[in-house]
Amino acid sequence: MTDLTKLTLADARDGLAKGDYTSVELTEAHLKSMDAHRNLNAYITETPEKAMEMAKASDAKRAKGEAGKMEGLPIAVKDLFCTEGVQTTAASHILEGFKPEYESTVTTNLFGNGAVMLGKANLDEFAMGSSNTSSYYGNVVNPWKDKSGKDLVPGGSSGGSAAAVAANMALAATGTDTGGSIRQPASYCGIVGLKPTYGRCSRWGIVAFASSLDQAGPMTKTVRDAAIMLGSMAGHDAKDSTSAPIGVPDFEAALTGDIRGMKIGIPKEYRVDGMPEEISKLWDDGVAMLRDAGAEVVDVTLPHTKYALGTYYIVAPAEASSNLARYDGLRYGQRVMDEGDSLDDMYMKSRAAGFGKEVQRRIMIGTYVLSAGYYDAYYNKALKVRRRIYQDFEGAFGQVDAILTPTAPSAAFAIGDNEGDPVKMYLNDVFTVPASLAGLPGLSVPTGLSSEGLPLGLQLIGKPFDEETVLRVGGVLESAANFTAKPAGQEG
Amino acid sequence: MSYILEGSTGPWEIVVGLEVHCQVISESKLFSGASTKFGNEPNSNVSLVDAAMPGMLPVVNAECVRQAVKTGLGLKAKINKESVFARKNYFYADLPQGYQISQFDKPIVGEGTIILDMPDGSTKSVGIERLHLEQDAGKSMHDQDPKYSHIDLNRSGVALMEIVSMPDIRSPEEAGAYLTKLRAIVRYLGTCDGNMNEGSMRCDANVSVRRPGEGFGTRCEIKNVNSIRFVMQAIEIEAKRQIEVIEGGGEIVQETRLYDQRLGETRSMRSKEMAHDYRYFPDPDLLPLVFDDAFVSEIEKELPELPDEKKARFMRENGLSAYDAGVLVAEKEKADYYEVVAKGRDGKLAANWVITNLFGALNKAEVGIADSPVTAENLGKLIDLISDDTISGRIAKDVFEIMIETGGDPEKIVEEKGLKQITDTGAIETAIDEVIAANPDKVEEIKGGKEKMLGWFVGQVMKATGGKANPGMVNKLLRDKILG
Repeated sequence: MTDLTKLTLADARDGLAKGDYTSVELTEAHLKSMDAHRNLNAYITETPEKAMEMAKASDAKRAKGEAGKMEGLPIAVKDLFCTEGVQTTAASHILEGFKPEYESTVTTNLFGNGAVMLGKANLDEFAMGSSNTSSYYGNVVNPWKDKSGKDLVPGGSSGGSAAAVAANMALAATGTDTGGSIRQPASYCGIVGLKPTYGRCSRWGIVAFASSLDQAGPMTKTVRDAAIMLGSMAGHDAKDSTSAPIGVPDFEAALTGDIRGMKIGIPKEYRVDGMPEEISKLWDDGVAMLRDAGAEVVDVTLPHTKYALGTYYIVAPAEASSNLARYDGLRYGQRVMDEGDSLDDMYMKSRAAGFGKEVQRRIMIGTYVLSAGYYDAYYNKALKVRRRIYQDFEGAFGQVDAILTPTAPSAAFAIGDNEGDPVKMYLNDVFTVPASLAGLPGLSVPTGLSSEGLPLGLQLIGKPFDEETVLRVGGVLESAANFTAKPAGQEG
Repeated sequence: MSYILEGSTGPWEIVVGLEVHCQVISESKLFSGASTKFGNEPNSNVSLVDAAMPGMLPVVNAECVRQAVKTGLGLKAKINKESVFARKNYFYADLPQGYQISQFDKPIVGEGTIILDMPDGSTKSVGIERLHLEQDAGKSMHDQDPKYSHIDLNRSGVALMEIVSMPDIRSPEEAGAYLTKLRAIVRYLGTCDGNMNEGSMRCDANVSVRRPGEGFGTRCEIKNVNSIRFVMQAIEIEAKRQIEVIEGGGEIVQETRLYDQRLGETRSMRSKEMAHDYRYFPDPDLLPLVFDDAFVSEIEKELPELPDEKKARFMRENGLSAYDAGVLVAEKEKADYYEVVAKGRDGKLAANWVITNLFGALNKAEVGIADSPVTAENLGKLIDLISDDTISGRIAKDVFEIMIETGGDPEKIVEEKGLKQITDTGAIETAIDEVIAANPDKVEEIKGGKEKMLGWFVGQVMKATGGKANPGMVNKLLRDKILG
């Protein structure tokens, strides 16, 4: 019997349909893989009992001929999605022990389509980070190793989700992306990650980081898997005022493999100073693959790209500083107070103990940029630049169908690197942040290896609500790149 | 009528602007489906959104938006078809989100006007700067436990309209008239019940003083005063305090103050330096609030006749004075009552009866118009009895007294008590003859030219007939008999 954990989501779906194996078997295999890879710390909370229950129920459902689109497929859920009765931490101490009485819309949709939850995946605290080192529950280790064999970061913030998929501890995982939190870890772990258009997936029940940017999306082994999973996550939700009132297309049907005549934009501003040679080459190779597949490659300009990172690090912390005000020790989560403490004492002690350094840093940045006297210089200006960035893309999409860029400026780095320099850490998001600010769909596809043998991804950015084109081009890129490398121990 | 406070160094004028929070009448809260019912068990009207659970999102309640637009139309104000919800950030135990969703630079309603009806019958316009929608906070209770405060989130998230006036108010009386009028308007509209004692209408007053004709002084904000009377008191007391400070060589510091109605003083709550920096920014969880002209005109069609229009109509159609019309329209129930009484009758006579007799009696009994023992129909019948000479005006007053006490039908009362006016000439003549016979000296006086004495005779005859004789007939017959 094949190793069930090495299947793609699509293969497992088809195998289940044919009766080659059951959801219980599939789930058991993944639970075993989770045991074997616990050293990676990809999960904060494993839910084996719930997984088995769901798998059994799923097999029964299938027997009755009621199989959903994700029927019986075991996945990891980023621990930012509230899951009914299952601890939801956002990787923060302040939410330790918090068990929601409600299920997020995205997980409700997934479970409604038959998906089985294996556990809650690790992440950067409140999704703030690019290395998954800010989790209160410990950092995640990338299943990939460089030549020195050092432990590497999986990227972040959806680092646990990326590592779980790369190490075959889940067929797929949910991620969330605010400035690159799906795409960058996907690139670092050699998997596919799709951040949909803002509004494609409901944010209801996802612990908020930056409301105008947060978007849930799939993290999978293949582009087809991403298409399948997005179809089961997306959809209008009246409970989220920013969710788009539009239907969900058949994303898998978009994977025609035919991109002849399509126009692919190459933005010159992404060729930043000091871009490593191997990233540059990866990008050029990608361009060649798409051209060979019959696409027309067009130079486009996105002139405000250089302001994107600065803009992001004003907008996101500003929203976060307000979104995280509710963690005050009063109604749920951790409370720290001593006899005779005032309300303010309790706030300060609970929040000082409950939030890690990076979260505190961003709350302070956000509070500062919204303060009287600084609002116009920072927040208001950032909103204006954000508008310009959107207009840049609008202009480019007048000429092209999709835009190709690298996903990240480097391969995965060693745990501990960049820790002393937050700005350097923030630079990891330089290629992913513009699409986030513009609310556009972005797909990372692994297309090559670094000189150290680590995976590198290319990003496709699409028009609003045109995930179909992004997936179609991504599928072609995936086939052409034929990226078959796996982390040690996971080779097929 | 200008209101001037005399200080030790000369006259002072006061400048007041009011910020009134009106709780919107709606089934559910501004951004959640939880009930707005007043007086339920603590923390029973609380949704996941109201408790600010992680990942919860606000969804605007269209009914609250309609109510705000309706109120804006009632204030003759500009309706902003695009407005923006913003977060006002501060930490407090009864504010679960750590921010209040409000509106900042783009409110749903812009500039408007309120016409004040002053006690002397004059009117004055006060500008409305804006009306915006916002969430209410929960309630902190500090008296439930010796060590801890208790929080009730039932009110958390209930929709409020904050209505901000221009600094056009110049006296405590004008402030009182403003609040009375605003309350009347929202009650007419059915957008707020206006009950200040239940907290569904709350007022903050910005008060400053200046020499007549000079520019604005530094203002202090008096927070959360909970009755019209207290607002008027607080303004006067605060103005006097400011004058004292300035005349004593001091300076007014911009600050928030509390009015203590027991001690009759205002005192500092927090200074400008300690003021919160609310870090307003557009709420990214909510799209801008956008609606079209059709939405507004639909609401416009539902508008009832408002106090100003009603007042004008009463003056125009019923010939009432501005003062009487103003008194009648101050409360919709009073105006409705009056209209029933006045229908098909003399409007002025009806107004006199309603205002002087009915309102007088109700005030004395401390009863509201809704609980009036005299129905509008019965008061109308009473007026009919006067008009068709069944009873005299004097007897009518007695009948009215009985109606107030018993709630009875005036026709029955007149019937049962035999109060019908005597119009039978013979009966009146008999009474006159008796009075004349008993007072020959007085008859001589009249004949001698002292015609004023006739009035005395009228009184005696009325007394003799228990007030039931028709006064006109008594007069005429007396004249005929004595003066021939």
